[in-house]
Amino acid sequence: MSDLRELYQEVIVDHNRHPRNFRENAAATRKIEGYNPLCGDKLTLFLELDNGVIKDISFVGTGCAISMASASLMTEALKGKTEEQARAIFDRFHTLVTQDKGGAVDEDQLGKLAIFAGVREFPTRVKCATLAWHTLQAALEGNKEAISTE
Amino acid sequence: MSHGADNMALKSGTAAGAEFDVQRVRRDFPILDQQVHGHPLVYLDNAATTQKPAAVIDTVKAYYEHDNANIHRGVHTLSERATRAHENARVKVQGFINAADPSEIVFVRGATEAINLVAHSYGRSRIGAGDEIILTEMEHHSNIVPWQLLCEHTGARLKVVPVNDAGELLLNELEKYLGPRTKLVAVTHMSNALGTINPVERIIAMAHACNVPVLVDGAQAVSHLNVDVRRLDCDFYAFSGHKVYAPTGIGVLYAKAALLEAMPPYQGGGDMISRVSFDSTVYSKIPHKFEAGTPHIAGAIGLGAAIDYVTGLGMERIAAHERKLLAYATEALSALPGVRIIGTAAHKASVLSFVMDGVHPHDIGTILDSDGVAIRAGHHCAMPLMDRYGVPATARVSLGVYNTFEEVDVLVSAIDKVKDIFG
Repeated sequence: MSDLRELYQEVIVDHNRHPRNFRENAAATRKIEGYNPLCGDKLTLFLELDNGVIKDISFVGTGCAISMASASLMTEALKGKTEEQARAIFDRFHTLVTQDKGGAVDEDQLGKLAIFAGVREFPTRVKCATLAWHTLQAALEGNKEAISTE
Repeated sequence: MSHGADNMALKSGTAAGAEFDVQRVRRDFPILDQQVHGHPLVYLDNAATTQKPAAVIDTVKAYYEHDNANIHRGVHTLSERATRAHENARVKVQGFINAADPSEIVFVRGATEAINLVAHSYGRSRIGAGDEIILTEMEHHSNIVPWQLLCEHTGARLKVVPVNDAGELLLNELEKYLGPRTKLVAVTHMSNALGTINPVERIIAMAHACNVPVLVDGAQAVSHLNVDVRRLDCDFYAFSGHKVYAPTGIGVLYAKAALLEAMPPYQGGGDMISRVSFDSTVYSKIPHKFEAGTPHIAGAIGLGAAIDYVTGLGMERIAAHERKLLAYATEALSALPGVRIIGTAAHKASVLSFVMDGVHPHDIGTILDSDGVAIRAGHHCAMPLMDRYGVPATARVSLGVYNTFEEVDVLVSAIDKVKDIFG
């Protein structure tokens, strides 16, 4: 039960219920779909880049609480960041949710995103937490094809 | 919420009718005796795969320890024993589904391969451009994609019979689709996502009236219903061993002998020939014509043991037990605010698909697992059906012979926990 509470913290439940930056953006310079065929989680990410800076980032879609909250918190964390900073945060986040406890992640550097540490205990849910992030990575690389976690 | 009182009432009700002793059945399944996350395992994912009784496990083990050899044509003792056991399993399958002859039983990897075999062999030789294949909206992907591949290859078209809100087929739509272009009807006996039991006997009569053969996907039905292929008069019947308490990797295609005789081979290789030269090859008789290569001998023997096991318990008694459990679970889940059951057909078995307001099925699955309750969350390989009900996925409880009323109570309190977390 403690692992479960660790996974479904209030912040995650709140971001699932009221996802931030949950909207389309007609001014987006990059738009890409992410899809997890395993559970049907689906989102569209809108990225508005201005001179290497993320001027706006938003998403729409459906999915489980972990995937929705992860997308929501990601948009909060990345708005105003440079592409390079965003890539660095992606790497830290990825390490956080995939590495065993005691991994080399400085959770302080991740701020609010550190609450996803609980996902480590649920290997089947890692893809839920990383869907938005993999979609982001594809968008930063300029991919146009929809990406899939499989 | 306490279900104890209802529980007692139901149980005493059953005690008078039959002597089905579920605790004794549970002792036959070694895997059930374990803790998951500190709770007794409550296995409610039987539509995905069933657990194996010791009788099956021991039979497979004994085969490998005493009789293992390649079958057919071996002149040594072990090969004779293995061949006899393998062919004996075929006879058990024949009896289990009441086929006319063991030669109508083709061993395959599972229902998926059985359907692919028909799509390849029967489909490519008999179905052409402009022809139509009728499916239903509630088919598993395994009874959709092989036909799509066939359509791509031949230029045939699919017609899809829709379902109503309860999850029942609209037979008047089937009636409309049946016509001179129709070459095959492929329909599930029982929906894996909704639990609906389809009136296949009637569907087959309707199709046969138009001289259209029918393939029945029995992957779900075979562990919950008495299947009699001759009474149904189906032309093809497909099922997987692992959903009826047998090992994975073994399954069955039943087909009427005349059809099998006329169909070209599906795969070429050893065991499916009677004579090979570089000029020409003469194929074996049915069913061996369709069984190229060394088959899953242990799997077939395990399937035979599983059939002995379920017929020993009695399919009617298994069905009666599961019917009471399903009624109890349906009532309990219906009483939970915010829970909606998907699939409320008048005639259904074993499967309880549901969604909860504001909670994704995947989260339900994780939270239930932390209480040791194993269910499935997802689209259940029936994406068109999920679209029909406007849900991305459902949480699915599916019952088996060893499930109990107490386990349904554990399920219900675990669902209460989902509500605690999601508020």
